[in-house]
Amino acid sequence: MALWKPDQTFYPSPRMAMQAPPEKHAFVVAFNPTAQNGKPDALCVLDLDPKSPTYGTVVGRTEMPNAGDELHHFGWNACSAALCPYAPHPHVERRYFIVPGLRSSRIHIIDTKPDPRSPKIVKVIEPEELAARSGYSRPHTIHCGPDAIYMSALGAPNGDGPGGVVLLDHESFDVLGRWEVNRGPQFLAYDFWWHLGYDVAITSEWGTPNMIENGVVPDLLLSNQYGHSIHLWDLRRRRHLQAIDLGAENQMALELRPAHDPTRAYGFVGVVISTKDLSASIWVWHRDGGQWAVRKVIEIPAEPADESQLPPALKPFKAVPPIITDINLSLDDRMLYISCWGTGDMHQYDVSDPFHPKRTGTVRIGGIVSRAPHPKAGGPVNGGPQMLELSRDGKRIYVSNSLYGSWDAQFYPEGIKGWVAKLDANPTGGLTLDREFFVTFEGERPHQIRLEGGDASSDSYCYP
Amino acid sequence: MSHWPWFAVALLGAYHGIDPSMGWLFAVALGLQERSRAKLIESLFPIAAGHLLSVGLVVALIAWAQAVTASQWLRPAGAAILILFGIFRLVKPRAHPRWVAMRVRMPELALWSFLMASAHGAGLMLFPILMDLPMPAGMHHRMPGFALHGHPTVLQGIAVVLVHTGSMLIVMGGISIAVYEWIGLAILRSAWINLETIWAAALIAAGMLALAI
Repeated sequence: MALWKPDQTFYPSPRMAMQAPPEKHAFVVAFNPTAQNGKPDALCVLDLDPKSPTYGTVVGRTEMPNAGDELHHFGWNACSAALCPYAPHPHVERRYFIVPGLRSSRIHIIDTKPDPRSPKIVKVIEPEELAARSGYSRPHTIHCGPDAIYMSALGAPNGDGPGGVVLLDHESFDVLGRWEVNRGPQFLAYDFWWHLGYDVAITSEWGTPNMIENGVVPDLLLSNQYGHSIHLWDLRRRRHLQAIDLGAENQMALELRPAHDPTRAYGFVGVVISTKDLSASIWVWHRDGGQWAVRKVIEIPAEPADESQLPPALKPFKAVPPIITDINLSLDDRMLYISCWGTGDMHQYDVSDPFHPKRTGTVRIGGIVSRAPHPKAGGPVNGGPQMLELSRDGKRIYVSNSLYGSWDAQFYPEGIKGWVAKLDANPTGGLTLDREFFVTFEGERPHQIRLEGGDASSDSYCYP
Repeated sequence: MSHWPWFAVALLGAYHGIDPSMGWLFAVALGLQERSRAKLIESLFPIAAGHLLSVGLVVALIAWAQAVTASQWLRPAGAAILILFGIFRLVKPRAHPRWVAMRVRMPELALWSFLMASAHGAGLMLFPILMDLPMPAGMHHRMPGFALHGHPTVLQGIAVVLVHTGSMLIVMGGISIAVYEWIGLAILRSAWINLETIWAAALIAAGMLALAI
């Protein structure tokens, strides 16, 4: 259905999107780690309206048709990129979620209207179709682009590489095919985003499905076989431009957060772990003359720990690695939020000067050793801040605690008890835990969180 | 003699000048990206040139058809094309070329504008007006209108294209500079009404009108 006026959740610029009203619902995927019991994963709806009697609880739940999908990341059919001047379609609705199963490669199209509390599955794309049309498998990141829906995929149907990017039609949701025309040396895949103002795309590297699906493989990690490069692409011509190696010891360059302002040609990428000293790091990519360059701007060290408190995988190292698994950038490109799933820290950094970040806040929840309590839980909690989502106005952060089924088991072997917590952020510096907001998931683990109307990682903008 | 066809030609140009998807918004975006009003103004001309080419092609086609076909078929055929195209725009309102992105060279911008105007049916809408332009003095054609041979009518065709595109350029220039300098793009959220549906309906109405007159 076409609208008469542009969808009111579309904003020309990130600056304008910061004026958006506070979100009333969050959508979060819940993954069943014991799929053998036949219980499917679900898309859950959280009530975020403080005036509502059901505030801070799960008020909606849509189960997938099959068990074992391992829902992970998901995204909208349309967003502010629909206002881009060269292919405008402002009268479409932000309405459907594209929700892939990372393990099953099955893609669900879920309608959030008319009632956001009871989303409906309207289409399912089976893994065979994705494979036949694109050659890819294990779909991951979704971004609504100006001309199509873009989706990264970790690898090929046989579990090997290369991984890449798939295009979906933004009206019919049909798989249109592989995005790359020339992939150059790129083989590993993970995240995907862009600088729309520069016609440049960026991709990052995790591992092929075979390298990750049965847990992190210590031999591969210690021999630096996981991804440690980012790739820059000509977004328009779909060609590889440049690979930038962060150094082999910087294992797993995952989340990409380019500046939201389309005139700014820089962004942040998080590195999970260094095999030199178990530290984690944040790097900035930026234009350097006609080329692109990177610089490490934040390093978070591992914390020494007693062997008895560590899971078997970490005992030899006598330390807890921070494990940066997610980052998020406020819409004014000012604050960078960093989840350290190992230590349990959520950091806030002022990145007004991207090359000289200043830490302005930290909150600890859970953690491999610290098990920092949440007041509402009445005691220690496990898992740590992982997927984090930031409201458009930059004031509220919602965070879930599960990483990926087989990896959860290695770092939290007792089994992660799923939760979503909320932090309050001061957009100019400062971070506090909301002591009242704590949503628990029985037998399920929450992963990515999306906010109704858009959030700090859902939209792209063509105007500064 | 009535001047209404010329007003209509100019009004249609102004309409395309107002429609953000026909070009002014792209010019504003390019200006904002470079933080340069000069870039914005520079972008307006290739957009107008592409539009001119698209409209000019349709006008030339109509003139050619007038010259080579029996005149009693031209009006119903043109009207049918208008109505069918209008129905197509109603059914597929978001059908448009997916080409270029933010980094465009000026010739690409002209080609983009040509494609957008053509996909939109910008020139087609001129058909009923062209059919009713008063025959210039001294012409002895069977029907009013204009033909490839005979200088006054070729000039008339050129004048139609220039008036249309000139009007578009003036309106597009005014809006884009006003939005860039004073108004701001937030106006898009409230003022960007769904012109596609209105336009599709107008195409159909114009086709019907061409048949009726």
